[in-house]
Amino acid sequence: MMDPLLHVKNLKKYFPLRKGFLEKEKTYVRAVDDVSFSIRRGNSFGLVGESGSGKTTVARAILRLIEPTEGEVRFEGMDICRSSESEINEMRREMQIIFQDPHSSLNPRKTVFKIVSEPLIIHEGLRGKKLRRRVEELLETVGLKSEHMFRYPHELSGGQKQRVGIARALSLNPKLLILDEPTSALDVSVQAQMLNFLESLQRELDLTYLFISHNLAVIRYTCDTVGVMYLGKIIEMGEAEKVFSMPRHPYTKALVSAVPIPQAEQPETAILLEGDIPSATHIPSGCRFHTRCFEKIGAVCEEREPETYCFPDGSQVNCHLFKSTALDDEAGHGGGSGKPLETKDR
Amino acid sequence: MKPVLEITDLKIEFDTFEGTSHVLDGIHLSLGKKDTLGLVGETGCGKSITAKAILRLLPVPPARLVSGEILFGGEDLLKKSDEEMKEIRGRQIAMVFQDPMTFLNPVFSIEEQLVDVISAHSNRNGSRKEIDRKEAKKKAVALLGEVKIPQPDVRIKSYPHEFSGGMRQRVLIAMALSRSPQVLIADEPTTALDVTIQAQILKLLHELVERHGNSVLLISHDLGVVAKVCRRIAVMYAGSIVENCSTEALFNEPFHPYTQGLLNSILTFSKRKDAAQGIQGGIPDLIHPPSGCRFHPRCSRAMKICEIEKPSPVEAEKNHVVSCHLYPVRKVKSF
Repeated sequence: MMDPLLHVKNLKKYFPLRKGFLEKEKTYVRAVDDVSFSIRRGNSFGLVGESGSGKTTVARAILRLIEPTEGEVRFEGMDICRSSESEINEMRREMQIIFQDPHSSLNPRKTVFKIVSEPLIIHEGLRGKKLRRRVEELLETVGLKSEHMFRYPHELSGGQKQRVGIARALSLNPKLLILDEPTSALDVSVQAQMLNFLESLQRELDLTYLFISHNLAVIRYTCDTVGVMYLGKIIEMGEAEKVFSMPRHPYTKALVSAVPIPQAEQPETAILLEGDIPSATHIPSGCRFHTRCFEKIGAVCEEREPETYCFPDGSQVNCHLFKSTALDDEAGHGGGSGKPLETKDR
Repeated sequence: MKPVLEITDLKIEFDTFEGTSHVLDGIHLSLGKKDTLGLVGETGCGKSITAKAILRLLPVPPARLVSGEILFGGEDLLKKSDEEMKEIRGRQIAMVFQDPMTFLNPVFSIEEQLVDVISAHSNRNGSRKEIDRKEAKKKAVALLGEVKIPQPDVRIKSYPHEFSGGMRQRVLIAMALSRSPQVLIADEPTTALDVTIQAQILKLLHELVERHGNSVLLISHDLGVVAKVCRRIAVMYAGSIVENCSTEALFNEPFHPYTQGLLNSILTFSKRKDAAQGIQGGIPDLIHPPSGCRFHPRCSRAMKICEIEKPSPVEAEKNHVVSCHLYPVRKVKSF
């Protein structure tokens, strides 16, 4: 089996909080707390979770836009966390990010041409006619016309702006595209267009996607594998179809049932979580979900952090409920204690 | 049954630097007693403008009323004086907004804000029986309990920033319901919230409305949210209501091509890859809206007449109103 394109292992990012300047003890916002996953070439991996669960921090740490506190990010075997600045710059050509808000991620004072051509000038030193031809090509790939080339961002619609962002990201032929909520700012009628477009782009250019969204339907629609995050940790991971049709972790169950379904007959059996998401500065002891969990088994949930239990179908869950099942069912596969699992490699 | 709120042919324009924006293009809407009506549509279709027009919260200028009336209890709200509107706002028609943080004052505690609202409304009452602050506080604590804020007598002392988004929205709902208004307008009440919190708030809203018997106008861009709460749904596109029917009819048998396209675009759990279609093109510019039916440039079933004439609402089936030239006359003859 081929090596994964991106391999994230025990990634942590703690942001220190200063409490007052005499205070010695530092508190931390544990935004990302031990996250491991890997993405194979040509696949789409989705990270879902509610606001503050650390999805975007993971993306930024992978690109080393922020320094990870601990852990390893391997991109084609190279450890990003231990590379020098110049090596990183080279590597960034291969991994690009598309941001959520197309309005604020494009410079309002530059034309589309300038925005898209900038990386080409910096990294490839293209000039003149060659540059223009390449920009035209890129705009065509993302479904914009050459008449859009000399427009300013405010003259474009939201969907068009997002396409400009994609053209800019594609300009250096990246291998990995990180899509951070790419459709959240778009209307539904445009959202479907955009997702179908991203899908065909992936096939055409052989891209690997890391898809970040709070919208479960979007992730299910686009991703092969999915990781569900809660307070900085992936609590369930597996094939998207399976995770969403047969969620194992109580949080995933609640999340899936909380999504409002646009249909006339509303199911009655919605699982309603109580309380709010705890703050990332005071992550609950033991299992971080125990304060809201409706399937809590007892003191063990409050005291011990659950290990990662793997299932024969390749999915993994961090929950004490599965301690026995995972081990008994498949002695060979189960009982992986916190070991990152090569997703879907069976 | 006589509707509580009835909007007929409401046309509102905005004067902007680029020209006149035709924001509302003849809205017809009615809200019955204890009815729950959802108003859905995409960005800029005029959902919030409709809500603000009802409460007369639009700034005039740039907003300009062209025609129409909004009947509430038989009287036209658009003809009321500012003083009379003050009596109606909050007491008879209340509103819950999208972003709870911007509607709570960060420098006053929840107690002060709730007590202010309660005593202000009571003291403007004709009887002039003043509620003192102690009594108002008791009522405020009870209200917080009703919206299921734990330990309301303690938490009432908190400031808005100490509350989470969901809790703040609960406070706003408590405020809106404090005078048991006849009509509650909720403008995207859960859009700023996470799904698990959204589910809590929607359930709470549903329960409270059932108990108090308010009529609700719920505005949302999310058809799923509306389906959960509302019995009827009105779909808006570019300043007009294109379809208005029961929730079942909308999802099972939508008439208007836009509604069909919208339902096709939504990603649901059951949809397979590539199954979501989307609608060609983008939302029109309301300064230069398309002629005739405003949806015709994006409509797959557009005909010649669509470019020329704006379709008027037709009751294609019982209680199912659609504005589209595909349905020129009533399908079912009325007896």
